[in-house]
Amino acid sequence: MSSNVSVTTPADPDPGRSGADSGRAGQFSLDVDERTIGGAFRGWIGKLRSGEPGALPSVLGLVVLVIIFSQVSDRFLSKYNIGSIPTQGAYIAIIALGIVFVLLLGEIDLSAGTAGGTCAAIAAVAVSKGSLHHGLPGAMYWSLLVGQLLAIALAVWLKNYLPAVIVAIGFVLVVTNLTQHLFIALIAAICIGTAIGTLTGWLVAKVGIPSFVVTLALFLAWQGVLQFALSGKPIDTSNYDLWHNLTYGNLSPTASWIFIIVVVGLYVGYTLLTSIRAKAAGLAHDAVSLVLLRGGVIAVVAVVVTILANTNRNTNAYRIIEGIPVPAAIAIVLMVLATLALTKTTWGRHLYATGGNAEAARRAGIDVVRMKVSAFALCSSFGALGGILLASSQSSASLDLGGSNVLLFSVAAAVIGGTSLFGGRGKPRDAIIGAIVITVIPNGLLLKPSLGPQWQQVITGVVLLVAAGVDAISRRRAART
Amino acid sequence: MSDPILEVRKLNKSFGPVHVLHDVDFNVYPGEVTALVGDNGAGKSTLVKCIAGIHGIDSGEILFENKPVAMTDPRVPTALGIEFVYQDLALADNLDITQNMFLGRELTSGRIFLSDGQMEKQARQALESLSVRTVSSVRQQVASLSGGQRQTVAIAKAVLWNSKVVFLDEPTAALGVAQTKQVLDLVRRLADQGRGVVLISHNMNDVMAVADRVAALYLGRVAAEVKTADTNTTQIVELITSGRSDGLGLSAAAANESI
Repeated sequence: MSSNVSVTTPADPDPGRSGADSGRAGQFSLDVDERTIGGAFRGWIGKLRSGEPGALPSVLGLVVLVIIFSQVSDRFLSKYNIGSIPTQGAYIAIIALGIVFVLLLGEIDLSAGTAGGTCAAIAAVAVSKGSLHHGLPGAMYWSLLVGQLLAIALAVWLKNYLPAVIVAIGFVLVVTNLTQHLFIALIAAICIGTAIGTLTGWLVAKVGIPSFVVTLALFLAWQGVLQFALSGKPIDTSNYDLWHNLTYGNLSPTASWIFIIVVVGLYVGYTLLTSIRAKAAGLAHDAVSLVLLRGGVIAVVAVVVTILANTNRNTNAYRIIEGIPVPAAIAIVLMVLATLALTKTTWGRHLYATGGNAEAARRAGIDVVRMKVSAFALCSSFGALGGILLASSQSSASLDLGGSNVLLFSVAAAVIGGTSLFGGRGKPRDAIIGAIVITVIPNGLLLKPSLGPQWQQVITGVVLLVAAGVDAISRRRAART
Repeated sequence: MSDPILEVRKLNKSFGPVHVLHDVDFNVYPGEVTALVGDNGAGKSTLVKCIAGIHGIDSGEILFENKPVAMTDPRVPTALGIEFVYQDLALADNLDITQNMFLGRELTSGRIFLSDGQMEKQARQALESLSVRTVSSVRQQVASLSGGQRQTVAIAKAVLWNSKVVFLDEPTAALGVAQTKQVLDLVRRLADQGRGVVLISHNMNDVMAVADRVAALYLGRVAAEVKTADTNTTQIVELITSGRSDGLGLSAAAANESI
């Protein structure tokens, strides 16, 4: 209580000096203490009690589902089955990662699935017909080029220079017909996704149509465009090794080890360095013991998982399946990149601020329109990659690629993971955990054929409802305290 | 008596046929708290928004440090060192105190990556320089702060940027007794550090407690600009409600014409 402070207290002439004296300890007591293992645990309990459950409900939900399914079928916990989960769910995880950016703004993108499907289909046409100019029907090729140019202009106008460059790269790849090569076609598809997202973002942020309506309309429209692009015939993608292996491939055991060591090593090294530096500078920081404990747990889990993944998990003797699944590696890398972008860059800070209080962000000089357009552009780019992975896992660029429930499952994954629909709260990690939950449900049910597929929808719905309920109750609790 | 740091001369502003500000003169002195008072619709907000560059002005001029400036854009006053703390505090609930104080002006390394440690240190220094004792950590989320603490953060933001003039719009409007006291102490300290502070308020107790001078607006005209020491609450209330009080204020003709 500072009511005893006199109004005539002279100003401290040298604010820096007071940092050293004893007055400091009382003022920012939480800052000078380092966060120890016990402190972190107490802080976590405190957050739970004050209504910020974080990833806990989704993790608990996952544990419950795993326990149930392991009782339903003893094959559920087999290495083969666990190893197949990334293949089945990678597209949900990737699309959900993109959706998180949009959800952080309090907006929604219902079109990411079908937009991504359209991009993947264009890539499929490009490689199977050898040329987009001849492969795409009638005016569609020219529409694509005009659309890309329009997206570049919009992106530049709305100060989204990086998306503009990406869309421009896509344009060049399409015009030069380099897209006949599969890898480049897939890159171009992602660039086309960026273009689509720029258009969506412009409609939402600049024209001012509610994102729900814009993306609902585009959800419907892209489904039709997809069928135009494929000329009504699905394209088999399983002949293309690179494409097929995006979801069915595995890293070799050596590559798996390198991958895990690099990822975990960078994480532990980075957090340790941050902690030591912050301690030296007298900032709030986690104790070294806490960092090492966290890093150690992650390292042990990673090593165990890698050892298991690197043993043959195929049940028949003809072929050896071993190594970390490629889709899992893709999801982990993108999750890390998304997390870095959101927490370590000004762009990420501004995205959270815009989602938390758009007016505050505007007054602070943040270009809210630019932030929104960039989030939609990113979301559709992730959507395009999701569409590519979906085509890979179902071995076909089908006529309803990315349609039906794909997008809804992705939104559900982000929400189950703990991302708020009202903006400002959520992490890329949430999307991955949520996607695992969403994928485990049909995976487990499939092992028990007596339970029909209708159960999948019911159970997924119930899980989503429980997750949203936990979120609502915890938020009410947070408002009360 | 030093020169005013911010000076508004003969400012006129109309919205269509409605003449909102008539030849308004308004001065802000360094090291002093100037209270801007007036009834609803007297033109306080319009005047502030003209200075903030949100509204253009029809005629008149604004001088900052004796040089005429054109407030054509909200970024102009910010660049000059004039900060505005609005009633609805414009803080993002989902960010912590440091992040809010640096919002839009983050310190970076390599223009892209945030220098969180540096920002944390400076935020703490800004709060320390105001002798803020109510905030236990600059890493606290704003959502968990009380009204007074939020106001403190919003004000501290102005200190952080070494602003020369700070406008505070109803800073104590939604606060309890103890918190009001804390915020008023803070307002006083801002001025004691040499800034020009403008306190827009309806609360006469607040005005009498911290302001050095009072400018009363009455239907778009400055009824009087007086030193707090030379006046009393009754007189200010009369200036606000009728535009004149004894020898002070608008002439009877002007006051009636305004209506």
